[in-house]
Amino acid sequence: MDRIWALPIHELREKLRKKEISAKELTQIFLKRIEKYDEKISSYLTINENALKEAEEADSRIAGGEEGELLGIPLALKDIFLTKGLRTTCASKILENFIPPYDSTVVEKLKKEGYVLLGKLNLDEFAMGSSTENSAFGPTHNPWNLERAPGGSSGGSSAAMAARLAAGTLGTDTGGSIRQPAAFCGVVGLKPTYGRVTRYGIIAFASSLDQVGPITSDVEDAAILLKVIAGKDPKDSTSVDREVPDYPSLIKEKVEGLKIGLPEEYFGDGVDEEVLKRIEDAIKVLEKLGVQFKKISLPHTEYAIATYYIVAPAEASSNLARYDGIRYGLRVKGKDLIDTYFETRSKGFGAEVKRRIMLGTYALSSGYYDAYYLKALKVRTIIRNDFLEAFKEVDAIITPTTPTPAFKLGEKISDPLRMYLSDIFTVSVNLAGLPGISIPAGFTQNGLPVGMQIIGRPFDEVTIMRIGYNYQQETDWHRRIPSQFEED
Amino acid sequence: MALTREEVENVAKLARLKFSEEEIEKFRTDLNRILDYINKLNELDTENIEPTSHVVEMKNVFREDRVEESLPIEDILMNAPEKKDRFFVVPRVIQES
Repeated sequence: MDRIWALPIHELREKLRKKEISAKELTQIFLKRIEKYDEKISSYLTINENALKEAEEADSRIAGGEEGELLGIPLALKDIFLTKGLRTTCASKILENFIPPYDSTVVEKLKKEGYVLLGKLNLDEFAMGSSTENSAFGPTHNPWNLERAPGGSSGGSSAAMAARLAAGTLGTDTGGSIRQPAAFCGVVGLKPTYGRVTRYGIIAFASSLDQVGPITSDVEDAAILLKVIAGKDPKDSTSVDREVPDYPSLIKEKVEGLKIGLPEEYFGDGVDEEVLKRIEDAIKVLEKLGVQFKKISLPHTEYAIATYYIVAPAEASSNLARYDGIRYGLRVKGKDLIDTYFETRSKGFGAEVKRRIMLGTYALSSGYYDAYYLKALKVRTIIRNDFLEAFKEVDAIITPTTPTPAFKLGEKISDPLRMYLSDIFTVSVNLAGLPGISIPAGFTQNGLPVGMQIIGRPFDEVTIMRIGYNYQQETDWHRRIPSQFEED
Repeated sequence: MALTREEVENVAKLARLKFSEEEIEKFRTDLNRILDYINKLNELDTENIEPTSHVVEMKNVFREDRVEESLPIEDILMNAPEKKDRFFVVPRVIQES
């Protein structure tokens, strides 16, 4: 079958149901593509040796008349999801040989629906970074231009999706880690509302900000995956007990009459001209569909990065205290117990992780807690209120996902603050706990993808996906595949 | 107020991290630049603002205190850097007198 690997999940599902192809054949096609192409982009850290066996099981479930949402669909996961029996590293030396004894709840849900796991994808160590250059196992390359970063931290998930080395992937987003790489790689990336998806069994970075979400070729696929993974989990007390809507059907409703806000702070100085142009084009497409646009203001946008770089490192420094070389992971022996902690952590963590642990430890330390941490939590309230105020007038907000298209590998790695500022349009959404999605909105003249971010009210994933879905019925950016990966 | 070398060393100690002389200096520079940027938060008056530690408004989440199945001990010990029988082996904490 011609280019079957290029099809979205919702079409592959039909072919599997009609038995036009078996799950095993489909899995073999993707495994071959990984073998052929992944050396160009290094998106996979581990291949699942059991993938074909899982595909055979899916085939027998299909033969038995079962109708799992993802029966026989080959997916891949950011290497931050615990997968029972399959190495999970979080791209850190400290977990290089870690074999999880249990599955994250999200993985249990995917299994129940019959997915096939192809493997685990690269990321910045402990999801801390915007380029995957902080991976202890080397960077991933952007399939649209191999010299460019795929974004981060879910860079492996986005690059693998763009190169069609999986039918869909999952990532996590703490300050933009799904949306920014999705924008850089020209794919769809959805960060759901905080609390929509369980975090149980996901390696923790900043627990009040982390959220799991799909990275897919189109919006309908994101809706299918969100429906599978959303919902209350007794094992994560911050997951919210709210009905899970039938996303795949609800997003197909028309967008006529919706009001969308355009925050002036996201369209000003420092945003690349071509990025602005592509977003303006996208706005015109939506206007034709009957969407009304309104200029709004999110006046405290400029304080988001500063707030984030207190809150996230503070939570990270406490979450990462567990890596002590005692129960699992790397142990580097010192002269006594305390020294073993020092040796293990100093040899096991990379530079950026150490930087954030230091920053967080400082912000929480006696004498500085009020000046930094408490101050940041108060500004977080102000930033959240900006959004809640705006949503009294508009149904959703559109912005560029990133101020520039993908930057070069090596361009920002030696300047942490500059790297941090590349997330300027995505972090506020995490601080406010809102859902946000990045949709491919065209290319620059140099062939780099541009992403449009749509932000919604708390738990209103339907509206932002509906806008994205309707936009994708009018455009074909999401069907473009980077030329180096177009052969079978 | 820039971080001094001693302060960086003290934070490293609290975080159980060891650095070489050059690393300390590098971290001091990096942290000072980042904190300098973060000090921008002081432009805002937050006198009467409640802090947001969590966006989901929820009280304590309780459940029945019921014994449920635990993971098998051998699975939990599978990743132990050092183990013996059913236990983690750790460096000696109490010295013999």
